Amino acid sequence: MKKISMAAVLAIGLIAASFSTDQKDFKESYQRGKKVYSKVCVTCHQPDGDGVPRMIPPLSKTKYILGSKEKLVHILVKGLNEEVEVNGDFYNTPMPAQPQLTNQEIADVLTFVRNSFGNKAPAVTVTEVIAIRKKIK
Amino acid sequence: MNRIITSIIFIFAVTLTACANDSTKNKQPSANGGLKLPPGFTATVVAEKLGNARHIVVNSNGDVYVKLERLKDGKGILRLRDTNGDGVADETVAFGNFAGTGIAINNGYLYASSDEAVYRFKLNSKNEVENPDQPELIVTGLVNKRQHSSKSLAFDNSGNMYVTIGAPSNACQEKDRTAGSPGQTPCPILETAGGVWQFNPNKLNQTYADGVRYITGLRNVVGLDWNSSMNELYVTQHGRDQLNQLHPAQYSVEQSAELPAEEFFMAKKGMDFGWPFCYYDPVQKKKVLGPEYGGDGKTEGLCGTKEKPLYAFPAHWAPNALLFYTAKKFPAKYQNGAFIAFHGSWNRAPLKQGGYNIVFLPMKDGKPSGDYEIFADDFAGGEEFLTPAKAKHRPCGLAMGTDGSMYISDDQGGTIWKITYTGEK
Repeated sequence: MKKISMAAVLAIGLIAASFSTDQKDFKESYQRGKKVYSKVCVTCHQPDGDGVPRMIPPLSKTKYILGSKEKLVHILVKGLNEEVEVNGDFYNTPMPAQPQLTNQEIADVLTFVRNSFGNKAPAVTVTEVIAIRKKIK
Repeated sequence: MNRIITSIIFIFAVTLTACANDSTKNKQPSANGGLKLPPGFTATVVAEKLGNARHIVVNSNGDVYVKLERLKDGKGILRLRDTNGDGVADETVAFGNFAGTGIAINNGYLYASSDEAVYRFKLNSKNEVENPDQPELIVTGLVNKRQHSSKSLAFDNSGNMYVTIGAPSNACQEKDRTAGSPGQTPCPILETAGGVWQFNPNKLNQTYADGVRYITGLRNVVGLDWNSSMNELYVTQHGRDQLNQLHPAQYSVEQSAELPAEEFFMAKKGMDFGWPFCYYDPVQKKKVLGPEYGGDGKTEGLCGTKEKPLYAFPAHWAPNALLFYTAKKFPAKYQNGAFIAFHGSWNRAPLKQGGYNIVFLPMKDGKPSGDYEIFADDFAGGEEFLTPAKAKHRPCGLAMGTDGSMYISDDQGGTIWKITYTGEK
């Protein structure tokens, strides 16, 4: 019995430790992402992520932001030149590619956006960004 | 004791209600349709929630035509009619299966534009659109790349039509709005956009080959008007965006919010206003080379030869309509002066946004005779307003009524206001 409880304590401890490392990574990535957002994205997508009516889409609670990480990385790397529908409204201004962003900055800013403006979605890691970019021609 | 408590509660409640009433009274949300105007002027809400109401025109019988940027129930033009003369539209007719911005009346026809074409509808003997389902196609095939794609319309008094064709670009970089991408010399966009084209309003199915590039070097003109006393075209330009974002080493966030000026020009045939190579710096009072073309924020280079603005307005305010007030119903200082509808900025973020108002610029002999003043304000909706998406209204169109009133349209809340002068002259 003692052995079992020891093992359980150890297991919980390990999970908690890894959880807090994840939490720390997430927080750091989020903070770095916030800086990238305020430098690169804020003029168009606005401080509250609301965008500009009929021009620049909002980033809050949309299928784009909460959905596929592949699509999001693709938009940052290649830009997006098509009409976008978000919650019944249409947005037209082409989004430029952001070739100056590093893989880490892409992971950070996507993590920030996916967890700001009322959004809650899993973080994007630099490993994921590298893997996705390999598939982008 | 209970009675005392009840009375205290009662008194408290009455006081609260009274206070609430007072604050409502002070705010007067319905007075002047929520707008702030100079003394003597009154605004009436003609209609609201119309959709994305872009430009407007008033027919000689008082009918107001509104162009919608998005189809509403499949229609892109609204005719508003006030049948009992109280200033409020009580009859709405929708027609036209194309969305867009431009609308104007000329020589017995209603002209309206999509983002690629110009159409017209004949007005019949009753001064109504004869065949709302069968417009004539006047010009087709105009550049529309979903950026600066509005096609505004104006007419002179010698049988010509003017169509604005905005550049689908910020500064003609090889890759638009992309950090590090160089500017193109020459800029190929200028062949088919970035200017105002002149067409024959009576010839059907015209393309670029039938028109004349009347003026060039203009990034995006949405507001324009023919000045009959000068017999010249006047235009307003939306200046370039993102100086800090694309060139952080050269421009601060503050500079980027204040540069460049929104420019107001008199436009003679053949003039070149300098886009994409130059922008106007209102502090140095000159056109300087853009950073994509080797500029350092001070060097004039080829920009010394480009046309200067008659007046420089604050950056990024987005002038969407220009109207010379030629009636006599407003006080003398307004007569023959210019009204400009500023749609309101987004590119000043993260700093405070600006515009979202109607400005008056006094004019004499075709030139500004003083500084601008804000004529109509509070469109965006007060202190809580922070970003364009949260603005209640965004002014977009201006028109003069035959009774000497002025109409304002709003493409965010879909409101049309009628402004009349009721004070002493």
